[in-house]
Amino acid sequence: MIQLVLTLIIYLILVIPVGRYLYHIAAEKRTFADPLFDRVDGAIYKLSGIEPHKGMNWKQYAMALIGTNAVMTAIGYILLRIQSIPLFNPNSIEGMEPTLAFNTIISFMTNTNLQHYSGESGLSYLSQMLVIIFMMFVSAASGYSACMAFIRGLAGKTKDNVGNFFADLVRITTRVLLPFSLIGGLLLVWQGVPQNFSKNVVVQTMEGTFQVLAMGPVAALEIIKHLGTNGGGFFGGNSATPMENPTILSNLIELYSMMLLPGACVITFGKMLSDGRLRYQESNSPGNAPVRREGITARIFGKEGRSIFLGMGILFLAGLSLCFRAEQQGNPVLAELGLNQSEGNMEGKEVRFGIAQSALFTTVTTSFTTGTVNNMHDTLTPLGGMVPMLHMMLNCVFGGKGVGLMNMILYAILAVFICGLMVGRTPEYLGKKIEGREMKLTALAIMIHPLLILAFSALAVATAAGQAGITNPGFHGLSQVLYEYASSAANNGSGFEGLADNTYFWNITTGIVMFLGRYLPIVIQLAIAGSLMKKNYVNESTGTLSTGSVGFAVILVFVVYIFAALTFFPALVLGPIAEHLTLLG
Amino acid sequence: MTKRKNKKLLTPEILKQAIVGSVKKLDPRYMFKNPVMFVVEIGFIITLTLTIVPGLFGESDTGLRTYNLIVSIILLATVLFANFAESVAEGRGKAQAASLKKTQKNTEAHLLDRDGNKTLVSSGDLKKDDIVIVMAGEIIPGDGEVIEGIASVDESAITGESAPVVRESGGDFSSVTGGTTVVSDWLKIRITSDPGNSFLNRMIALVEGASRKKTPNEIALNTLLISLTIIFLIVIVTLYPIGMYCGIQLPVSTLIALMVCLIPTTIGGLLSAIGIAGIDRVNRFNVFAMSGKAVEACGDVDTMILDKTGTITFGNRLAADFFPVKGVNRSDLIRCAALTSLHDETPEGKSTLELARSLGDNSEEIPGSSFMEFTAQTRMSGVDLPDGTKVRKGASDAIEQYVTSQGGKVPADLHAHVETVSSLGGTPLVVCQNNQALGVIYLKDTVKPGMVERFERLRAIGIKTIMCTGDNPLTAATIAKEAGVDGFIAECKPEDKISVIKKEQAEGKIVAMTGDGTNDAPALAQANVGLAMNSGTTAAKEAANMVDLDSDPTKILEVVEIGKQLLITRGSLTTFSIANDIAKYFAIIPAMFMAIIPQVGVLNIMQLSTQNSAILSALIFNAIIIPCLIPLAMKGVKYRPMSSEKILARNMMIYGLGGVITPFIGIKIIDTIIAPILTAIGI
Repeated sequence: MIQLVLTLIIYLILVIPVGRYLYHIAAEKRTFADPLFDRVDGAIYKLSGIEPHKGMNWKQYAMALIGTNAVMTAIGYILLRIQSIPLFNPNSIEGMEPTLAFNTIISFMTNTNLQHYSGESGLSYLSQMLVIIFMMFVSAASGYSACMAFIRGLAGKTKDNVGNFFADLVRITTRVLLPFSLIGGLLLVWQGVPQNFSKNVVVQTMEGTFQVLAMGPVAALEIIKHLGTNGGGFFGGNSATPMENPTILSNLIELYSMMLLPGACVITFGKMLSDGRLRYQESNSPGNAPVRREGITARIFGKEGRSIFLGMGILFLAGLSLCFRAEQQGNPVLAELGLNQSEGNMEGKEVRFGIAQSALFTTVTTSFTTGTVNNMHDTLTPLGGMVPMLHMMLNCVFGGKGVGLMNMILYAILAVFICGLMVGRTPEYLGKKIEGREMKLTALAIMIHPLLILAFSALAVATAAGQAGITNPGFHGLSQVLYEYASSAANNGSGFEGLADNTYFWNITTGIVMFLGRYLPIVIQLAIAGSLMKKNYVNESTGTLSTGSVGFAVILVFVVYIFAALTFFPALVLGPIAEHLTLLG
Repeated sequence: MTKRKNKKLLTPEILKQAIVGSVKKLDPRYMFKNPVMFVVEIGFIITLTLTIVPGLFGESDTGLRTYNLIVSIILLATVLFANFAESVAEGRGKAQAASLKKTQKNTEAHLLDRDGNKTLVSSGDLKKDDIVIVMAGEIIPGDGEVIEGIASVDESAITGESAPVVRESGGDFSSVTGGTTVVSDWLKIRITSDPGNSFLNRMIALVEGASRKKTPNEIALNTLLISLTIIFLIVIVTLYPIGMYCGIQLPVSTLIALMVCLIPTTIGGLLSAIGIAGIDRVNRFNVFAMSGKAVEACGDVDTMILDKTGTITFGNRLAADFFPVKGVNRSDLIRCAALTSLHDETPEGKSTLELARSLGDNSEEIPGSSFMEFTAQTRMSGVDLPDGTKVRKGASDAIEQYVTSQGGKVPADLHAHVETVSSLGGTPLVVCQNNQALGVIYLKDTVKPGMVERFERLRAIGIKTIMCTGDNPLTAATIAKEAGVDGFIAECKPEDKISVIKKEQAEGKIVAMTGDGTNDAPALAQANVGLAMNSGTTAAKEAANMVDLDSDPTKILEVVEIGKQLLITRGSLTTFSIANDIAKYFAIIPAMFMAIIPQVGVLNIMQLSTQNSAILSALIFNAIIIPCLIPLAMKGVKYRPMSSEKILARNMMIYGLGGVITPFIGIKIIDTIIAPILTAIGI
């Protein structure tokens, strides 16, 4: 318990300066490192012919994002298919089969990192670096760029300029992802994570048998895997293997690196909006009106960011508590057989992490849509396993880099729509009226997620091809299916494992789900920002709904639970809840 | 439209119409406009088919027939209830329209041609710019403007106000409405509307709901409801194969029952009724809103521009105090002021006398006195007493001149008193006796009672008030302070109003204003909510989006509250409807799965007796909650001016939390009642 609380307190302390830094990058304000980065970026802009100050409207921005991703996908696909060439391939890995390559490339381009292969036997070092690590950087940067454009739209500095996608992509990579990765990567190397191009090593164990120790540029992948909320492991065992995550310290480094940027995004959002609001107020009453001093939380998180952060925080803590409690109580069936469950449900967990760090990692990896695992999610207790599944279904509990925030804003729009009416005004959010067009887009974006998860799950359990992959009978089998599609649609990538998923059916369907789950919402969300930024600010008075309050955060939590969780309730009842209840007997 | 004394929701007549209407509206072409209820209707058709052919979807259990029939009946009832709600809301408007139509009967009109020859034509044939003459006792054949003559007109057909009003050519009282009656004298009128497009026509169309368009907010809310419906459709359709995988074959009728329970039928069924009722509330308040959008905009008002005279103050200057000059007894001043006012019928004179009486003066008319009335030339009034004493009161310069001409001297401190009164925002009247100036009567523009509290209420809900007046800044500031408005514009010209509206709008504010004169028309059009007085000019009425038939400008305050109430009702019932889903899930989900997975029974927290009874109870609750909420939808949620946080907290408690708890209780009660019945018929 104390362990969890301390870990989260340290997180709160860390996220604030990072949030400030991100805000300075997004708002193009000066930072201490500008002298260096300006030169680096300038060289890149020159080399690739980018005009960083040429603004784009939301449509151009979305097109640039999709176009760039499409080119990268094509190149990545080819690389995976021809990886058997003897270049950085000491272990002589074969080229990838088409559907698996299709699945893998979409998986990494969409920041999902669902892996239907095992890294140590399925990818050459070249692929690991040029496809996997490269994609981990650019997919994270793409998501975060989209989010920055989205926030710029909401903050409404201009009527149609949401920024330049290429400049954003470069700035985020050079100023955030690369330096953070460098520091984090070295820390991991210090903790014992390998970083080399050596052939796998065969060692004789103490029992006298032989074991293959996989090698490779692990630390480089490991850090961006978490920092970019990617989640795809170098090895099949992901962060549960000692090669990827050797110590409790490396575990914390990985934990924080996946939590930092999504949380910081919310701070960026809050601060950029306060800026916009301030500018607007100043332009209306130049100079004379004294600016009201905000409270400490409002100054750190921004007024609007505060309630969003709090709402996400409540959802996160609720999930974490359930997961932790469920794991701590252990498995009643095993207890009945006379196995001591006082340590909790340790099946599939690493002894060096224990229940607390495993439950925390599980909740974090699915809330922040990273998808990395330090324990086997398949062997979590039914309720413990429901939490990661649920958080992927909500897809807005901090969420992946940028996208989680954008999803949460959709729920905030829903919340203000209903609450705004209840205070007797037509709804407005962030100083803009929410009208038919925004509602249409919001409704559409919110519909995509349950449609993808439920429709494809139904398809999988109703067809022989789908059923073939299910390796567990009954309710747990259904959980496997739901988990796989929730993970794909949320672009999370964490696997329940146990599902025999490297088949045509699973490769293709999850590929489609990942693709639609990524790009449809981003385009729609940018469209919402584009539509809102064209509108004039509406007046704020005591009669308007305050969206920066604790009350609004609580309402937001309820809206998320009612709109998102209720949708999945019947399916969850038949999956984990039924499993849990039958387990109790 | 007579003022409605009948505040009852339902008259037998409306009830009858509504029942017929609710059946008529089952027409799928009509239902399609309300997608939520349309889905319920489709569900009804499917379950009805399953009642006739139970094995249609390969379900072997023929015992489902009765069950399917019951589900069909409840679904049909749900749709009927929703239609009934809409019909009831429309019913009241229709009743109003019917009484208006009576006044719309074709009348005869005396058309004048250029040479002044009269021809008798039917009012329906009158075109724009035709000129008609209307004599006493005749009905004015169409909307128009008086170009000649002066007459008193009975407008009770439109306004419900029985006292006739004066209409004359030129100025702000020149517009007349078709269907009203000239009571005395005659009027020459130029017709300003084409046939079928008169004020009365539009009014009928609007109260009847024929020209009702969905408001932007209704469209947005409808989008939300449709998306919820689609999401739950996805849930239900996918639940069938997922259930199959877990070994549960769910009866189609049960799936439909679950879906109908989950989609927002409560708000879907009541949404249009809420909108119609909102406009109806405004109408019954004798304010005629041109569209639902206008009523909705009222809820958003941030700034109100109000005329001082007539809206905030009575406009008449009333005596408030007496200031004697040095060396004069106050009681002498009061006595003389009272003497001059004994026969003064102006509001100034009357109020002077009233004030004098209240201060203990009881001077009587001295027989043989001769009174002189106020004229624009003399600018004073007064009395010559039988003993030759001349008492006068009037404008300060006029009296000063009078005193000097009588050989007197103006007291040194008189000017100071006159200044004081002016600076207080009042008008000074000087009183003199022969050649001696006695002192000053302080005439004050009086703020209407209750206005201060009203402005306070407006401030509490974040509405800023700006007072417009032609007075000088000093006077304006005094009245503004006294009334408690947030700002004022002194020496205000019509174009100042437009510029202040534009300025406020540039800050993103929604502006409301009232007006009646032709020169108010541009400002009325510019404002988001423009309330024109029915007594005003046609131009003003056309520019505005609301017309107050009682011509009471203060009513804008209530109209804003009605607008807010409409939005709150819509939001609260949406919240209630969605919050209900939790309980319905807990009723139906365990019932669906319990047969195969008995452990799921733990989720049956309401302890509902049987599976069928649980599903049917939830479905019945879902249906009867609609008629139960009709009164609320019609009357609107109670609105008290409070800060947004308090209103939200309050409504969240009542409709959010209430929406979670109520169905748990309701479903349990229904279950207790129907379980024995279901057992008896063998389900």
